[in-house]
Amino acid sequence: MLEKQKDELRVRSIKNGTVIDHITAGSALNVLKILGVKAGTRSIVSVVMNVPSKKLGSKAKDIVKIEDRELNSDEVDRIALIAPDATINIIRDYEVVQKSSVELHDKIENMVRCPNLNCISNTNEPVTSKFAVIYPLTLRCLYCERIIKNNITEHLI
Amino acid sequence: MFEKKHIISMRDFSREEINYILNCAEKIEPLARTGTDILHNKLLALLFFEPSTRTQLSFDTAMKRLGGKTLSLSSESSSMLKGETLADTVKVIEGYADGIVLRHPKEGAARMASELSVIPVLNGGDGAGHHPTQTLLDLYTMRKESRLQDLDIALLGDLKYGRTVHSLAYALKMFDANISLVAPEELQMPKYIVDDLGGVTITNDIDEVIRDIDVLYVTRIQKERFPDPNEYHRVASSYRISSDTLAGVRDNFIIMHPLPRSDEIAPEIDNTKYAKYFTQSFNGVPVRMALLVLVMAGNI
Repeated sequence: MLEKQKDELRVRSIKNGTVIDHITAGSALNVLKILGVKAGTRSIVSVVMNVPSKKLGSKAKDIVKIEDRELNSDEVDRIALIAPDATINIIRDYEVVQKSSVELHDKIENMVRCPNLNCISNTNEPVTSKFAVIYPLTLRCLYCERIIKNNITEHLI
Repeated sequence: MFEKKHIISMRDFSREEINYILNCAEKIEPLARTGTDILHNKLLALLFFEPSTRTQLSFDTAMKRLGGKTLSLSSESSSMLKGETLADTVKVIEGYADGIVLRHPKEGAARMASELSVIPVLNGGDGAGHHPTQTLLDLYTMRKESRLQDLDIALLGDLKYGRTVHSLAYALKMFDANISLVAPEELQMPKYIVDDLGGVTITNDIDEVIRDIDVLYVTRIQKERFPDPNEYHRVASSYRISSDTLAGVRDNFIIMHPLPRSDEIAPEIDNTKYAKYFTQSFNGVPVRMALLVLVMAGNI
């Protein structure tokens, strides 16, 4: 039975690292961007896109597995912005030692750059960008009140 | 309720709070002519990093009518020219004064200043962003000269860059206003604000709405927004308000304008019962007096 299940896996289990599951279909590449995975990255990274998901009803999901790396809370918070249903599984020696859902906070700081070039947060003033998170997923700059509704990834710091 | 609070954006106020401020302004209005000494020994810093004669004079007048004093810093001041950050300026000034009025070209500047300052900061306009004291004096004028609840209003002119209209539209929605946005396509209100407001009428023709409104709020169409001067003249003249434009308006109809104006409103309108823009300008004094007393002394 175990062998059969393994055969069905599209990507092999990882020994140590993080599995990011239930990523909104189409967002896996943006998750990689958040994690800084690009050409030249030495870690072993597996990406599965558009697989059926029980949790997301009939909707498809993406999965990212990154080996020998456990995500920090800042990275998890960024992923929540583009994949609010994602789950984070920390794997050690093939076992899931920690499973958690991402959580979208009411306020995010230093994660997204304000698209308004005339905003005080885009100057040399000692201030970090801050956004209020409103549902459905919309960000409002706490300084100039500019709204970001689409393409949040484009504005990630 | 407002002691030591900052006045930054209309988004920070509830309907009840707005009504409270307007009630205080009404109470204090007689003193806008005679003066008082409620803020005797208080000092208000006027930090104007871009020119705004009207707002600066209005705050200056309000503070002096309250018996207080003002100190001014403009963008030509030496510390600015030496490249001092706004953050440093605010930290220095908070040691000198009891309140700060800030006008700055960058949007969100007043919010940042309020995070750094232990004395109240009043936003005197930030870039194309917010100008809450202008909005409050506009609301005060509407309440006195027309009505505030369920108002039928058209905002006309430069709705894209116009500093005052964005926060005004947002505040009017709190009072269930029926808003029409009248502007040429290139100066129409940005989509993200329209979406945020929800349920407004958009048109480029004032004739479509002029007979169905209580208030016409006119803003200046600025020449520098148009690369082609001929295009500016074409647009500006088609939005000029004259006696002919006003044929068939409601009995209680009024015209407002944040001033200064170019030639959006024909001078012949000034002496009609509709013209309320000079009253509106005067109302800046009692409204700002009320705000200064509320944030610096606590109550009226």
